[in-house]
This record gives sequence, structure tokens and C-alpha cells, in this order.
Amino acid sequence: MQDADERLLRAVMALLTAKGITSAEEIAERVRVTDAASPGQGARMVARAWRDPGYRALMLQDGTRAAEALGIPMRGAPPLGVLENTPEVHHLVVCTLCSCYPRAVLGYPPFWFKSAAYRARAVRDPRGLLAEFGTHLPESVRVRVVDSTADYRWMVLPLRPAGTDEWDEERLAAIVREGDMIGVTQVAP
Amino acid sequence: MLAAGARVRVRDDWPETRGPCHVRTPHYLRGRTGVVVRHLGDFPNPEDLAFARPAERRPLYHVRFEQEPIWREGHAGDEVQVEIFGHWLEEA
Repeated sequence: MQDADERLLRAVMALLTAKGITSAEEIAERVRVTDAASPGQGARMVARAWRDPGYRALMLQDGTRAAEALGIPMRGAPPLGVLENTPEVHHLVVCTLCSCYPRAVLGYPPFWFKSAAYRARAVRDPRGLLAEFGTHLPESVRVRVVDSTADYRWMVLPLRPAGTDEWDEERLAAIVREGDMIGVTQVAP
Repeated sequence: MLAAGARVRVRDDWPETRGPCHVRTPHYLRGRTGVVVRHLGDFPNPEDLAFARPAERRPLYHVRFEQEPIWREGHAGDEVQVEIFGHWLEEA
């Protein structure tokens, strides 16, 4: 079976190259970019934004440019939007229509992100869903579910935990998990 | 062009009942009223793109809705914010 997959892959790549649609170099470059994408990239952006107000402003205004400013390849990726959590508003990202995900900065989505259960419940019962992830928000915090239905990809800029004022960027980035940037969890120091 | 703060209603339309189509407007919002947050840019109309037809660029908006009235359950004040193309929105 693996041999058949491999033969099919080679045949499709040869056809794409022969027709001038892409090149072996371009395919290799895309594979490299895709493999490099991981939640660690988004975490670096979050850590920078927590320490640098100018970067935070750029990130909220234009996520794509903010990612590029940290050397994250965004060419060919859909525009990235960033949603800032505050003490008043908590964002939760879902794609009810399919599985849109900011792969350039978060990598492959966790398995549950594409599940029918997550997609249905995130919009209908967000607080119940959050509680199952261990996230219990006070009544006073507004939950804003962001359903990516079209051309943007969304990530959350989570709240910086208390007691991390003296931390450097690397140490901050290490505590930011993928769920914090989807909005199912909050950053724990 | 719709301005930020404009009250809008999502068209109560169900093209999927008329034949094959591709719609990026979630069913749970058809006929619902919300508020424009901002214009996100102009993007090729996915309803044509999906069928490899020439696709005109259409304005895409971020629109915010109260969560509770949609499902008649939930927590007052909670919201859902969704990308919706301009041709699915009418002034409310």
C-alpha cells in the first residue's frame, strides 16, 4: 500500500512539474515550511506581544505581518487575524463549516478541532465545552466564540499570567500551549 | 460598503434547497440580526470558486451576534463573531 501511495505521489509530482504548475524545489520548500509550523511559532508571537507593546499592536492589527516579523513563513497562507483576550472578554475559535485553522503559526490542528462535537458545541454551549477543558470563567467574563467561516484564520492572544513580570521571552513562550491560542484553555504559569 | 456598527440581518435564504451550491454562511445565522465589527477585505466569492467559475471579489465582514437568542439558551452577554460576505447581509 505504501508503495502504491509513493508511486502515486511521484506520478502527481512529475505531472505538476511537467505541466509547469510547480517545481520540485517549490514542493520541497512547502514541505519544509509545513514541517516547521507548530504551536511553538504562535507561542513565540504571544511571548513577544506580552513584552513588547509595539509588537502587540502590530499583531492585533495584522497577524500576518507580525508572524513574518518573527521569521515565520506566511507566503501563500490565508490572512491571519489575532483576537486579544482581556479580563472582560475570552475568545474561543472554531470552524463550524469545516476545519479552518491557522496552520502557519499553530501547525496541524488537534484531532478534536475537526470533530463534529467540538464544532457544534463551541457555538451552542461554549461555557459547557470550556468547563470540560478545565476552563471555568466567571459570569462577568464575556465569551466570544469566533467561527472562521471564510478567508481568515484566527488565533487567540491569551492573557499573560500573574507573576511572570520578570520572565524573558523564551521562558514565557514555553508556557503557552496550543489550546491557549485556540481559546479552550488559559495560560497557566 | 457597510460601516462598523451597522445593524445587519443575515439573509434568510437556503440555496441548498434549490440545488448544488457552496455556501460559507452558517445555517444557524440565517435570518439573525447582528452588528458589523469591521470590513476584513475583499475576497473571491467562494460560491463561484467552489465550482471553478470566475469569482468576483466581494466584501467580507466580521459580524457579531448575541449568542443567547440564536439557541434560546446560554449566557446573557456571550457572543459569536463570524465572517460573512456582504451579499448575505441586509440592513436591519
